[in-house]
Amino acid sequence: MNVPARRPAAPGLGIGIGIGIDLWWIPRAIVLGLLAFAIFGPLTNLILWTVAERWYFPHAMPLEYGFSYWERVFSPRGTAMESLTNSVVVASLTVVVSMTLAVPAGYALARLQLPFRALILLAFLVPQAFPNLPVYVNIARLFYQLGLNGTVTGVVLVHVTHGLVYAVWIATAAFSAVDTELEEAARSVGASALRTFKDVTLPLAAPGLLASAIFVFLESLDEFTGSYFVGAPDVNMLPLLLYTASAGGNYQIASITALLLLIPSVGFMLVVERFLRSDVLSKVGH
Amino acid sequence: MPKRLLGLLLVLPALTVILLLFVVPLATSVVGAFKVDDGYGLGNFVKSFELYTSDIVFTIVIVSLSTAIIGILAIAIGGYLVLGENPRAVAILRWLYRWPLFIPFIVVGQILRTFLAKNGLMNNVLIEAGIITPLQAVSFLDWRGIVIAFVWKQTPFVALLVSGAMASVDRSTIEAARNLGASRLRILIEIIVPQVATTLVVGLVLSFVTMMSVLSVPLMINAQSPTMITADIAFRINAYGDYGVANALGMISLVASACVGWFYLRQTLKERS
Repeated sequence: MNVPARRPAAPGLGIGIGIGIDLWWIPRAIVLGLLAFAIFGPLTNLILWTVAERWYFPHAMPLEYGFSYWERVFSPRGTAMESLTNSVVVASLTVVVSMTLAVPAGYALARLQLPFRALILLAFLVPQAFPNLPVYVNIARLFYQLGLNGTVTGVVLVHVTHGLVYAVWIATAAFSAVDTELEEAARSVGASALRTFKDVTLPLAAPGLLASAIFVFLESLDEFTGSYFVGAPDVNMLPLLLYTASAGGNYQIASITALLLLIPSVGFMLVVERFLRSDVLSKVGH
Repeated sequence: MPKRLLGLLLVLPALTVILLLFVVPLATSVVGAFKVDDGYGLGNFVKSFELYTSDIVFTIVIVSLSTAIIGILAIAIGGYLVLGENPRAVAILRWLYRWPLFIPFIVVGQILRTFLAKNGLMNNVLIEAGIITPLQAVSFLDWRGIVIAFVWKQTPFVALLVSGAMASVDRSTIEAARNLGASRLRILIEIIVPQVATTLVVGLVLSFVTMMSVLSVPLMINAQSPTMITADIAFRINAYGDYGVANALGMISLVASACVGWFYLRQTLKERS
């Protein structure tokens, strides 16, 4: 690592005064290096496991590399393809249902004078604010009586409930961040309320709404507990496959499944700030 | 149509979903916790505490400890992103800290299960570097593993929220304090953190509750005793179909979360009044 050039310190600043050469790059490099190891170490380990044919204690590195486990995962007889399809179908349906519910709600919470607004906003936090495991246990019991247990509909309903807080809160923040003056300008030149919403508010809020849709998609893709109680064993999803493989000691299959779940998650992380700017973020929860 | 009515109509469908699919089962769970063979009573709670007291304490200690560490790290990361003087280090940190943000808990469980194991990459690196001998290698797959998993996964989330809020803090106050000679640490603690307190608390409360109900991490990293309440709930259901004790344990984790939620509610109400 290069020695970063020292920026001139502000007068009277208590740090680094009197040292000709900036030695701060040493602790900085150490801290950043440790952080990098803490984050990428585990990820590297996972990737090693996906291509390790044989690896046991006390060998520091796998004894043999290969892709035979990949073939097994993606073979027609393997359950991975079925799980992958199920996961994507459920996540897409969850996004459609959640956004249909959340866009009107978010607009109302951001723009219309609602009675008990703070309370309503908090109500959507309820599925996050209470431990959801006991709820899933009881939903599974209820769904069993209704014939919804082990169906895609059942799993989607559970995921929607869980995803609504992201959908509604981020949608509300996205609508709040839209400048009201633009809406008023549209209204003053004669646009109807609906037209203003369609042509002014919605396009301006779109990046935030897209972010909330992706959030909901990922939440659904990654959800384990609800799928475990409501979906399994009929609706097999990727997280369930990962759990079963790992519990059976098959680390290669588990790691490959984990990698499949990891790719969309990391991909979204890398672009999230393009959708979720700080002006929207600072309005979350307000 | 009056605006208020329209607003309520727009919110109603989403609220109904929450009510039917979360509040009702939650109520069922609370009622179920008090249901015993012959009517209602505290039998399930007595049994829960007899069997699982150590797990209950373990869960609360672990989740609180993780929340505290997450809070400190999030403030440190957010603070450096706002106040850091070396643009390159700030850019590296900004790029680095967010990686685990959306990685699901179950994947975190699997990743750390292999990383922290006795022959995991962590111990291997330490051995290769000559810091420990192979005999000294220990598995971290116990309470430490759970804390590491929680901190690893939740810190970026809180740090993202906090740094977003910090970025919108009025720069002129910070510059003024700097010109008066305040150190960066002091500016962070005395000027910035109070202004982002609401966001920080929201992030930490959400993390606390999320961690209280994560099932996959304790199952993957540490399923032996003492473990977390969530693993016990799943065990009661799967092994015995014992909804009474499962609901009682659920009720206990609910009370713990409610205490934290109350803290948040008080903070927001104070701010709005």
